[in-house]
Amino acid sequence: MKRSLKATVAAAALGLTASAAAAEGKLVIYHWFEYIPQELLDRFSQENDVEIVMDTYDSNESLLATLKAGAIGTYDVAVPGDYMVQIMAGEGLLDEIAEGELANKGNIAPEWADPSFDPGRKHSIPYQWGSTSFAVNRDMYEGDINTTDILFNPPEELSGKINMLDSQGEVLAMAALHMGIPQCSTDRDQLRALNDMLQNAKVHWASFNSDTAKEVLVSGDAAVGQIYDGFAAKAREEGANTDYAFPTQGYVVWMDNVVLLKDAPNRENALKFMDFLLEPENIAAVTNYARYNAGVTGAAEFVDPALAEQPESNPPAEAGEPVFIQVCDRETQEVYDQIWTNLKK
Amino acid sequence: MAGGGATGGSVQTDTYAGARGWLLLPAWVTLGILTLAPLAIMLVYSFLTKEFRGGVIWEFSLDAYDQFFFDRGLFGDAPPQIEWTYIGIFWRSIWQAGLATLLSLLIGFPTAYFIATRPEKQRALWVFLVTIPYWVNLLIRTVSMKFLLRDQGPLNEGLMALGVISEPLTIVNTNLAVQLGLFYSYLPFMVLPIYAAVERYNFALSEAAADLYAPRWTILRRILIPAVKPGILAGCILVFVPSLGSFLAPDLLGGARNFMIGSLIEEQFKGNAGNWPFGAAASMILLTMVLILLIVSARQSQKEAR
Repeated sequence: MKRSLKATVAAAALGLTASAAAAEGKLVIYHWFEYIPQELLDRFSQENDVEIVMDTYDSNESLLATLKAGAIGTYDVAVPGDYMVQIMAGEGLLDEIAEGELANKGNIAPEWADPSFDPGRKHSIPYQWGSTSFAVNRDMYEGDINTTDILFNPPEELSGKINMLDSQGEVLAMAALHMGIPQCSTDRDQLRALNDMLQNAKVHWASFNSDTAKEVLVSGDAAVGQIYDGFAAKAREEGANTDYAFPTQGYVVWMDNVVLLKDAPNRENALKFMDFLLEPENIAAVTNYARYNAGVTGAAEFVDPALAEQPESNPPAEAGEPVFIQVCDRETQEVYDQIWTNLKK
Repeated sequence: MAGGGATGGSVQTDTYAGARGWLLLPAWVTLGILTLAPLAIMLVYSFLTKEFRGGVIWEFSLDAYDQFFFDRGLFGDAPPQIEWTYIGIFWRSIWQAGLATLLSLLIGFPTAYFIATRPEKQRALWVFLVTIPYWVNLLIRTVSMKFLLRDQGPLNEGLMALGVISEPLTIVNTNLAVQLGLFYSYLPFMVLPIYAAVERYNFALSEAAADLYAPRWTILRRILIPAVKPGILAGCILVFVPSLGSFLAPDLLGGARNFMIGSLIEEQFKGNAGNWPFGAAASMILLTMVLILLIVSARQSQKEAR
């Protein structure tokens, strides 16, 4: 849940308390909630004689807000999403990883070695990637779900039973795909049309909620839910009769990345931790836990085989183009903020 | 008690005379650091220029307040008109909090009266029972409330089994759910002050009125309620003020379809907007409203005390 998950985890296993107190070094991680298995932290802590402290956040924006409010210099690494890496680099919150500082840098899968949000991987390494689309309860609706109309212009039986993510980026990116306009459009007619379209679509929406995106599908409170692929898979495993959609208009793809923060108090250990997460076996453990995909060559053989076959990871041939959320310039962003406020006023 | 007690105070006053300033120091430091300093920061920030994606630039600006009161269209270049968006959000929050307060009063007053009229030995037990649910975290209680009210939840299924309704009532994600959630969250804040007031009430007054042939309703209206009014007022303020700024109930029970004051402010710091001065300005406006309310009610009770 949003405000309750801020938990500090002293990552020393029970038996290790004594030795951890005398640990050589320290590593302070700022991470999403429920996104890394405890055993993995314990292993790193043990192998490197490092005490791990972890705080958690629940959105890219709250990560940015905390760092800008003065937490920079407290943490060594964080795990922002693609567009947030770009924003944080632009804000000067990231340290540069010099050539040769990461022994396992070559393990990064070639398709993720030079992403648009961090050219040349100067500040980051891949953590997990996946997609954001929506899942539909098949007991409620049997028709074609691979269209963004399900969210923005739904059939009657789904109207009033839709949960959207409470996240401006995800909702507005999906809306842009639905209308076939660029994400950071500056065309006034397009922006007005986007604003109007969302006002009309909202009538069909029951709620905005990110934390319970999975639960409302499992409980049946929502028949349609905008959701991440891993969460959709978990909802299905927990008994929801849902299918994950790959709209022909396109869908959102994202990657979370481990970044080296500026003024990291334990820079050495941060680099060790990044190298540790570039080991195929270790990052595969995260994948098995979180049900997303690793961006490291050779991780596949350590990944639970069921994961590769799950429908949420296998878009059909007719699926639209996957797109990253784009970073708009200031003036454009202010219009999008206004559209979001209009939507929720 | 700066001047000492009413009797024999002078001796005690002398005991602490030299140290009095120092003894107050912890209180002043606590107040200063925990209350005044954050308020001052908020006030200052509300008059600064916003930095893109969170943060402030140290230049004086009225933009935050301008944004609150004036609408310049989607693109920010239309002639300014009165902005109803934020006033609407504030009004909705006041309305929700007001209804929740009213509901708390309607249930809380009889409850408090009931407890206060039990034999003295039992009262502690009743008060204890009222507070038990509040040992549980607010978040858990709000989520539980959602489970109770759901379309397939116990409330709807119970009513359907009894044949009262044939279709489930949609309560979750409506304003009613928010009011019920707020009411449930803050009910003890209504019950306890009224209980304290009713307990001190001299029931001989009611008996005297009854002896003089006053009907029950008149006794309640003209004798009991005026006598316990400070307790009622305190209870209403204690329920209304936290309801006004709450965001758990609107988020979880109301479906977060519409901003409330709390979620609007949160969005400025933790959301995409990253507009800290505007968040600070909205907080200052809320604070001013609450202060006015408190001052008016304090004046009112002073007048009546005279």
